Amino acid sequence: MPLDIQWERNDYSRVPYRLYHDPEIYRLEQERIFRGLTWSYLCLEAEIPNPGDYKTTWIGETPVVVNRDDDGSVHAFVNRCAHRGSVVRREPRGNAADHTCIYHRWCYNRKGELVGIPFARGIRGQGGIDPNFDKTKHGLTRIHVGSYKGVVFGTFAAQADPLPDYLGPMIRGHIDGLMQRPIEILGYQRQAIDGNWKLYNENLRDTYHASLLHEFLVTFGLDRATQKGGVEMDARHRHNLTYAVAGTDNQQDVVAAYAEHKLRADHVTLRDPSILKYHAEFNDGRSMATSSVFPNLCFQRLNNSMATRQIQPKGTDRFVLLWTYFGYRDDSETMRRHRLRQMNLLGPAGYVSMEDAEAIEIAHQASRPDLESTSVTEMGGAGAINDCEFRVTDVPVRGFWSYYAELMGIEPAGAVR
Amino acid sequence: MISLEQRLAIYDLFAEYAACLDEGRLSDWLDLFVEDCIYRIVPRENYAANLPLSLVLCDSKDMMRDRVVALQEANEYNIHTDRHLISGIRFRGNASGVLQVEASYAVYQVDTEGVASLFAIGSYLDEIVFVAGSPRFKSKTVIMDNSCVPHAISTPL
Repeated sequence: MPLDIQWERNDYSRVPYRLYHDPEIYRLEQERIFRGLTWSYLCLEAEIPNPGDYKTTWIGETPVVVNRDDDGSVHAFVNRCAHRGSVVRREPRGNAADHTCIYHRWCYNRKGELVGIPFARGIRGQGGIDPNFDKTKHGLTRIHVGSYKGVVFGTFAAQADPLPDYLGPMIRGHIDGLMQRPIEILGYQRQAIDGNWKLYNENLRDTYHASLLHEFLVTFGLDRATQKGGVEMDARHRHNLTYAVAGTDNQQDVVAAYAEHKLRADHVTLRDPSILKYHAEFNDGRSMATSSVFPNLCFQRLNNSMATRQIQPKGTDRFVLLWTYFGYRDDSETMRRHRLRQMNLLGPAGYVSMEDAEAIEIAHQASRPDLESTSVTEMGGAGAINDCEFRVTDVPVRGFWSYYAELMGIEPAGAVR
Repeated sequence: MISLEQRLAIYDLFAEYAACLDEGRLSDWLDLFVEDCIYRIVPRENYAANLPLSLVLCDSKDMMRDRVVALQEANEYNIHTDRHLISGIRFRGNASGVLQVEASYAVYQVDTEGVASLFAIGSYLDEIVFVAGSPRFKSKTVIMDNSCVPHAISTPL
């Protein structure tokens, strides 16, 4: 059944609420977005450094296993037994010679090839499987894997752009900075949010909210709209990078700018401000640079706090965020401790991120009963989708929808791209 | 060894800890810690894998005070009330006056429409010292068995 989405405007400045709530749309997203011409983030190579190391992950709602083979190559496949459709690898991570389904012990190697069927010849000549059964046709569904500087992505689509082209120079540049030296995994955070997965992608591309919702950011000058900063996109506007440069505004400007809107920028002081410190370590001069990569990834870099965030959709009304924090293997003990303390800023309990869950949940709740109503997305201007050297904008949100609509086959006539 | 009086005082400490948080008395909650203290919330996933990352890490009482002020003055979060249930208090050791104490906890949240849900469940791994005859937390590590946080963490566990 073709989707009939009535876009009020061809520049995506009005987004129908139906797109967050309709189960049919969600089903089609699995097919056209997550199994379409996109690369989904799977994991970091540093999580599976040795032969046999594996990690279970997701592409949309599809469970996936990523593992490393003896020759160092990384393979990924759908985590679903060819026999009865059961999850083969249930643990989140580990090391194994092969992967065996517990149900009937069908066994797969690290390439996902079917290598063992118990009682294939039956017992005492009775039962078993047809001697002509071709095991090579019943492996785990292979996923194409690409790794850029140790960040592992996967796609179902053989005809997807090569990974470096898909990421484009902007995201490659961001990854180059983050992966400038060998990394060390510091740990994980997980967060379940009662909202549609796209609301999080919008949140990441909406720099307008940052200094209004996250009051802590303003108070401590971590990222405020008065600072030098902006938003950049790739040529197709599917990915986004938001940046800020600390120390490019002054306290008087800030208090004045925010006071106009009854927001106080000067009423909280920290007894221990050391968690806010930025020890310069990137050569782009930016103290904050956070990117979102279509469809399921965010790279976080706020001062010295670095992480990936994987968006795992769990139905129309829920998604899980998996945060993977890292530092550098050659960090001094002082720097490592600084990163672990600076984590307080972000994550499910973060000073400048705990609000996002609430903002998404209230947007999801109130939009559900009015599927044909729309949001208003035109801060920073409507019409063409362009980079901005300012941050009172949500233009990149329209970029997200333009690529989404193209993949879903629901672009309006004369669509802005 | 630990005296019966000390045990009872520690039971009272846990009861007061729960009451302070459930009644929103966060400055009273701070008073249950010594000045040189550590408060952490750690997902079981990281704890089990020996990964150092926390969800909340305050390695001084000043950092705890900052958390409280930020919650009261700057942060926005789901409007809710908490209910802490603490049980199974176990005395695990005594190293030069620092008592190792463990307990199980569950925290339920109730939303604005009166609906309750389990928010967190896990264990406290604590160090307790006696100051002028009263027990105080020297360190508290809140292990969150449900490593996947529902919504977000705002008020302390």
